[in-house]
Amino acid sequence: MIKLNVNGQSKEVDVDPATPILWVVRENLKMSGTKFGCGIAQCGACTVHLDGKPIRSCSTPLSAAEGKTITTIEGLASEDGTLHKVQQAWIEAQVPQCGYCQSGQIMSATALLKENPQPTDTQIDAAMAGNVCRCGMYGRIRKAIKAAAGIEQPAKVEA
Amino acid sequence: MGKWSRRAFIGAGVVAGSALVVGVAVRQGNPIDRLSPLLTNGENEQLLNAWVKVDTDNVVTAVIPHVEMGQGVYTALAQMLADEMDADWNKVQILEAPADMQYVSDSIGRDFLFPNLQVPALFEPTVAGGILELAQAMGLQFTGGSYSVRATGQRAMRTAGAAAREMLVAAAASEWQVPASEISTADSMLIHAKSGKSEPFATFALAAAEQSLPAKPKLKSPENYKIMGQPKARHDIPEKVDGSAVFGIDADVPGMKYAAVKAPPVIGATVESMDATTAKTMPGVLQILNMGDFVAVVADGYWQAQQALGTIDTQYSKTEGDSLDQDAIFARYASHLDEAGEDGGDMQTEAGDVAKGFAEAATKVEAEYKVPFLAHATMEPMNCTAWVRDGKCDVWSGHQAPVNARQAAADAAGLPFEDVTYHNAYLGGGFGRRSNSDAIIMATRIAKATGYPVKMIWSREEDTAQDHYRPSATSRFKGGLDKDGKLVSWDNIHTHLFDPADAPTVPYYNIASHKIRKVDVPMHLRFGPWRSVDHSQHGFFIESFVDEMAHAAGKDGYAFRRELLAESPRHLKVLETAAKMSGWGSPLPEKHGRGIAFVPSFGSIVAQVAEVDMSGPKPKVTKVYVAADPGFVINPDGFTAQMESAIVYGLTAALYGDITIKDGAVQQSNFHDYPMLRIDEMPDVEVALINGDHERLGGGGEPGLPPIAPAVTNAIFAATGTRIRELPLSKHSFA
Repeated sequence: MIKLNVNGQSKEVDVDPATPILWVVRENLKMSGTKFGCGIAQCGACTVHLDGKPIRSCSTPLSAAEGKTITTIEGLASEDGTLHKVQQAWIEAQVPQCGYCQSGQIMSATALLKENPQPTDTQIDAAMAGNVCRCGMYGRIRKAIKAAAGIEQPAKVEA
Repeated sequence: MGKWSRRAFIGAGVVAGSALVVGVAVRQGNPIDRLSPLLTNGENEQLLNAWVKVDTDNVVTAVIPHVEMGQGVYTALAQMLADEMDADWNKVQILEAPADMQYVSDSIGRDFLFPNLQVPALFEPTVAGGILELAQAMGLQFTGGSYSVRATGQRAMRTAGAAAREMLVAAAASEWQVPASEISTADSMLIHAKSGKSEPFATFALAAAEQSLPAKPKLKSPENYKIMGQPKARHDIPEKVDGSAVFGIDADVPGMKYAAVKAPPVIGATVESMDATTAKTMPGVLQILNMGDFVAVVADGYWQAQQALGTIDTQYSKTEGDSLDQDAIFARYASHLDEAGEDGGDMQTEAGDVAKGFAEAATKVEAEYKVPFLAHATMEPMNCTAWVRDGKCDVWSGHQAPVNARQAAADAAGLPFEDVTYHNAYLGGGFGRRSNSDAIIMATRIAKATGYPVKMIWSREEDTAQDHYRPSATSRFKGGLDKDGKLVSWDNIHTHLFDPADAPTVPYYNIASHKIRKVDVPMHLRFGPWRSVDHSQHGFFIESFVDEMAHAAGKDGYAFRRELLAESPRHLKVLETAAKMSGWGSPLPEKHGRGIAFVPSFGSIVAQVAEVDMSGPKPKVTKVYVAADPGFVINPDGFTAQMESAIVYGLTAALYGDITIKDGAVQQSNFHDYPMLRIDEMPDVEVALINGDHERLGGGGEPGLPPIAPAVTNAIFAATGTRIRELPLSKHSFA
């Protein structure tokens, strides 16, 4: 049994400690918001926070998370359901297309803003270049990060 | 997003749970044997293709017969229906149609089968049944070809919305004893101004269902559009920011196990033998299956299955493809093209006397271009969950043609179509890849072998090496200019033809004589539609050669194209808009260049100007200006997003995309050797939209792609004088 804290809740899982966190979260804990993309930390679709830092969960073994705190996309909103400001900015800027990479994108973006509330374009590039978006919504991702940081407002789209 | 299982829908009939369902009535003649078992209802006429329902609480639900893969189709089609119906947009809900023959798209079928057929408006609401049945035979509940808005939306959704509105009005007129012409509609309300009466749609929904279907519902003209043409927020976005959106890979079936698979590296080979001694002993492993054309390991967890699969030593059969290398493939193209010579190959289009035009030309230019194989690399790897038991089969995946997926599962399970339930989920990228059913078939076969539900997931390595690729191709041109530098002769021969047939043609350019031919070259690899399909290569071929001709004529690329488009004002406006946005002709810093390209495709006209910075070791695309005319833009923000997206998809391929073959097998495996464009390389994209013809809509998903590669390579030529005739750019050194 390995003890974990996931999205503020204590969990125990009986899994080989070498298993990547990605599969534990998806299959054992039944939280499917974190996605499998490449399996070798090349695309960022599986990004979660480990003690607040972004990690590629497809290439990080469960053993690395023992006694630590994991945050996934499902744990980003506050308890009353209010979305994180990054998630709100994502909706306002109409970022996702297929949406598959977006959990990872949002986890990388929230980690960036926590570390650096007012990132420059170069800092955004550095923090986000590990996250591939095949639908190519990079321009909107940049806008949404800046909007969430209060740097610039996205164009409004009617509800 | 709601889901409607076939059972619930058919069982409920047309009114239960809702007060009104409007569809398109189609007569059921059934000349095609294959269809008979699929169409179970023997009555002569019934309501097919239900597109909209009104609930008793006044919620209008649009039933969308297309799949959402990020292109915004749920929202755009709902906008079209809701606008014609005068529905309250804030209360409109969306339901994806079940994978059922009743939702095959007659509009798509018509365009595929009879691309030039103009159906008289009189027949629009009840499109000829014969065509529908042909479409059904082809299983065309299909999302692709940038067809959804221009075919289903324009013909079916708007018609259904207008018909529903007229039926509601008729019901209210009857109850209120007033002329229908005095009743107006707005925000899901029926209003009779004279008497001050007003009631929600729901009040009359049941009575409306009793009204006869209007033969020819009146559609709005653009000045009366209220929802179409507005940048509405996409319905599918909120669930895509909190992890709750369900993709195919997220299927959760009680008791399911996980399968990892590996197919022979050379497509067409089979598994001759395997040594699974180690795999059998590994934790969690339940079954190891030699399926003949692939190996599967089924385990309690996917990672366990993947680990065990990695230990299996497999021997594959020898095939003719084994000896093929990258260079030999292009040599094969060259020899087929050589063999075709001046008059061989298949003629696609011919006008005027090309030989004479070329012989008499003052300036002659010849060039050859090459493009590589490309993988789709959807972010969500191929996957499918299946459960075959007790003569039934359930399948969960994300597929661009759910009816095809259902049929493929039925064939693989050895069960009749009606005993298979196909559950479609969001697609984590489609781009044409998810129009193939290979993953559906594999998962169904595994599930049939195990008897319990199995989720099969391809590794990224399998996804890269077992794709249905965009073909590599070679294209040769000969062009002639008269003494004034006017393009008078165009002779093109190229390898491969897939779809659409007009991709290599240039009817919009005024060229006195032209001849366009293709040769087929056999290949063991599997090909499939890849975003914009043949336009993805021909856009590059054609617009590169036009640029070369412009240079030979001593004219700039923009001025040369303006002359060629002088007689096509709608095309010209698009070209001029892009050029104007870019400040065409204004000075740029040293080692920077501007390139222009113009490609109409899928009914939309697109021009792009790219700016490239060549001061570093590799090209950096800094800015892309886009002008697009799809006839009428239903959702401007959604359409703009499609332009941005297609540019990134096309630019990724132009910069890096290169699937190569060694000993018959694909050499690339994952994102480290099949690289993707990332945020630090993203150009600024500026989009201008033009509504050039509201009666003839074009597509949105694909037309933004074909111009980007030639716009970039033409810009590189402008900056450096180096003409790029082979993609990707990563093959070339710019140091």
